[in-house]
Amino acid sequence: MPILEISNLSVDFRTVGGQFRAVDGVSMTVDPGEIVSIVGESGSGKSVSMLALMGLLPWTATITADKMMFDGKDLLTIPARERRRIIGNDLAMIFQEPMSSLNPCYTVGWQIGEVLKVHLGLNKRARRDRTVELLELVGIPSASERLDTYPHQMSGGMNQRVMIAMAIACNPKLLIADEPTTALDVTIQAQILDLLAKLQRDTGMALVLITHDMGVVAETANRVSVQYAGQKVEEQPVSQLFADPHHPYTAALLSALPERATTRRLPSIPGVVPGQYDRPAGCLFSPRCDFATERCVEKAPVTQGQAAGYALCHYPLNQGKPVGHPGPAAILDRRLSA
Amino acid sequence: MFGFILRRLSLLIPTFLGVSLVAFFFIRLLPGDPVLLLAGERGMSPDRYAELMHRFGFDLPLWQQFIYYFTDLLHGDFGTSISTKKPIFTEFFTLFPATLELSFCAVIFAVALGVPAGVIAAVKRNSWFDHTAMGTALVGYSMPIFWWALLLIIVFSVMLGWTPVSGRISLMFFFPKVTGFMLIDSLLSGKAGAFQSAMSHLILPTIVLGTIPLAVIARQTRSAMLEVLGEDYIRTAKAKGLSPFRVVAVHALRNALIPVITTIGLQIGVLMAGAILTETIFSWPGVGKWMVDSIFRRDYPAVQGGLVLIALIVMAVNLIVDMLYGLVNPKIRHQR
Repeated sequence: MPILEISNLSVDFRTVGGQFRAVDGVSMTVDPGEIVSIVGESGSGKSVSMLALMGLLPWTATITADKMMFDGKDLLTIPARERRRIIGNDLAMIFQEPMSSLNPCYTVGWQIGEVLKVHLGLNKRARRDRTVELLELVGIPSASERLDTYPHQMSGGMNQRVMIAMAIACNPKLLIADEPTTALDVTIQAQILDLLAKLQRDTGMALVLITHDMGVVAETANRVSVQYAGQKVEEQPVSQLFADPHHPYTAALLSALPERATTRRLPSIPGVVPGQYDRPAGCLFSPRCDFATERCVEKAPVTQGQAAGYALCHYPLNQGKPVGHPGPAAILDRRLSA
Repeated sequence: MFGFILRRLSLLIPTFLGVSLVAFFFIRLLPGDPVLLLAGERGMSPDRYAELMHRFGFDLPLWQQFIYYFTDLLHGDFGTSISTKKPIFTEFFTLFPATLELSFCAVIFAVALGVPAGVIAAVKRNSWFDHTAMGTALVGYSMPIFWWALLLIIVFSVMLGWTPVSGRISLMFFFPKVTGFMLIDSLLSGKAGAFQSAMSHLILPTIVLGTIPLAVIARQTRSAMLEVLGEDYIRTAKAKGLSPFRVVAVHALRNALIPVITTIGLQIGVLMAGAILTETIFSWPGVGKWMVDSIFRRDYPAVQGGLVLIALIVMAVNLIVDMLYGLVNPKIRHQR
C-alpha cells in the first residue's frame, strides 16, 4: 500500500485578478521507502502541491482533491488538530531557504527539541540527548556544543542540516524536501543530497524531492514526476525517463542539460510558463512545444497510459518520435505568427 | 556589552550639553521676570529689586550666567528654586515617585492592552476586530490629551461618580511616606480602604497618559506581527505541527517584539510630555505639574534643572531599552 496517495489535486489561489489555478489535477503515489522526485520550472506548482498536503498554504488557497491519503488517513477531511499530530511527526518537510527557515530568536537545540517535546513528549534530559544524536546523524561536528548556537551563527549548509535533523526527529514515514539545495553552494549541495539519500537508506523513510535540477534527479530518485504549469505531464522511473522521455517538455528539459548537449550553444525552451492571464485553451505546453499542431492549441490533451509515461500529450514521444503526429507540415510556426 | 554601554554613554555628552543649553535659554525667552513675580501684587522697592536680582545672579551677562549654571551642573548642583528656596534636586526627587508611579502604570496599561490587541488584529487580519481596534487606535492617537482627560472626568467622575476627580489618594487617609509610591505606601500603612482609594485615583490618569502609547504600540505590534507571520520560519513552525497559539505566541511574538520594544522606549519621552498635561488636569502632585507651576512662576533654576533631570531620565531609559533589545534579539547580542 502506498504511504502517500494523491488523486486529482487542484489548488486555486484567490488573487486580485480572480482565481489562479496553481495546481491542476495532479495525482501521485509514493510507496514506503521510495524516493520520488518532482521536477519542473519555477511556477510549475511543484511546491504548492506539497504545501497543500502539509496544510501550509495561506487562507487564499482553495484545495480540492478526490483523495489525499497519507498513511491511511485522508488529510483532506481530518480535523486540523489531528493533522497537526501527523505533520512534523510522520510527515515532515524541509524548505528551500535554510537561513530564513529557522527562527532567529531561538537556539538550534531548542528548535529541534520543540518537535520532540510536542510530538513525543520527551523530558528535558531525553530531548537533549536525542538532539545531540540527531545533530551527529546529520553530520554536524561537535554536536553537543552546537546546541546553544543561534541560526545566524552558522552557515547555510549547517542550517539546512539542522532543518533536516528537525524533520527526521520523530522518524517520519515520509520526508518532503522542497528544493533543499537550491540556496546552497554547489559543493554543499552534493553533501546535503548525499546526506538525504543516506538518511533515506538508513531509516527506510519515503522521500519526495522537489527540484528543478535534473542532475539531482538522476543521482537520487527512483521515480520522477514532471510538472508543468500546475499539471503533471509525465511520470516514469528515473532510468526510463532519462532513456526515453515521452512528453516533449521532458525531452526539452533533458536536452537542455549541458552534458547532453550536442551543439555549441545549449538548447533552451523558448518562452515562459503561462501565467494567470495567458493560459492556453488547449495543451498548456503548446505555445513552447516543437511539435504543436492545430489540435494541440485547441484541445486539451488526455493522460496517456503507463507505456507512454502517463504523458499529458496528444502525440507522446517514443524514442524521440511523436506517435500519431500528422507530420512536420502540421507543426505551427509560432515564431512567425508571434 | 561593556564597550557598548561605554560607547552609548559617551554619546550622551553632546545630548546633555544641548539639553542644558536649550533649557537655559528657552525659559529666558519667555516674557516675565522671576523676581517681580516673587514680589506679587504689592510690588517692591527698586533697591530691594536690585538686591534680589543680584542675589540670584540675574544682573550678570547672560553668557556668564550660563557658565555658572553649567559649572554647577557639572558638579551635580542643579540649583535652588527661587520660590521654595529648596535645592531643585531634592524638590524633583520628592515629586518624581508620583510621576514614576503614574508613568509606570500607563506603560503597563499600554503594553498590556496594546500588544495583545496588535497580535489579535494581525492574526485576524481584516476581521471586524482588526478594523475596530485599529480605528480606535487611530482615534486615540489623534485625540488631544487634555480633552480626553476632561471627557473621562465628566463621564466617570461627574456623571457616574465612579472615580475621584483629582489627587493621589482620598484626604481621609494619612500615613507616612515610605517609598513615595502611593500604591505601595497605602498597602504598607495597613489602613483599610487606603489601597483601593489610591487605585481609584490612579485609574483615570493612567488611561489618559497611556492612551497615546497604547495606540502606537497596538499599531506597531500589528504591523510587526504581520511582517513576521509571513516569514519562512513561521512556515517551519507550522510544519512542525505546532498549535496555532504556539506558532503565534512562541515563534512569531518574540520576533515581532523586537521593533515594538524600540517603540516602547521611544514612548518614554512622549510619556514625560504627556505627564505634564495629565498631572496638571488631575492635580497629580508629580514632576509634570511642578514643571508647569515653575514655568508660571518663571522659576528659572527649577525649570532648567527639571528639564535637564527629565532629559537625563529619558536618556537612561532609552539606554536600558537598548540593552533589553539585545536580550530579545540574539543577533544584536552577538554583534557587540
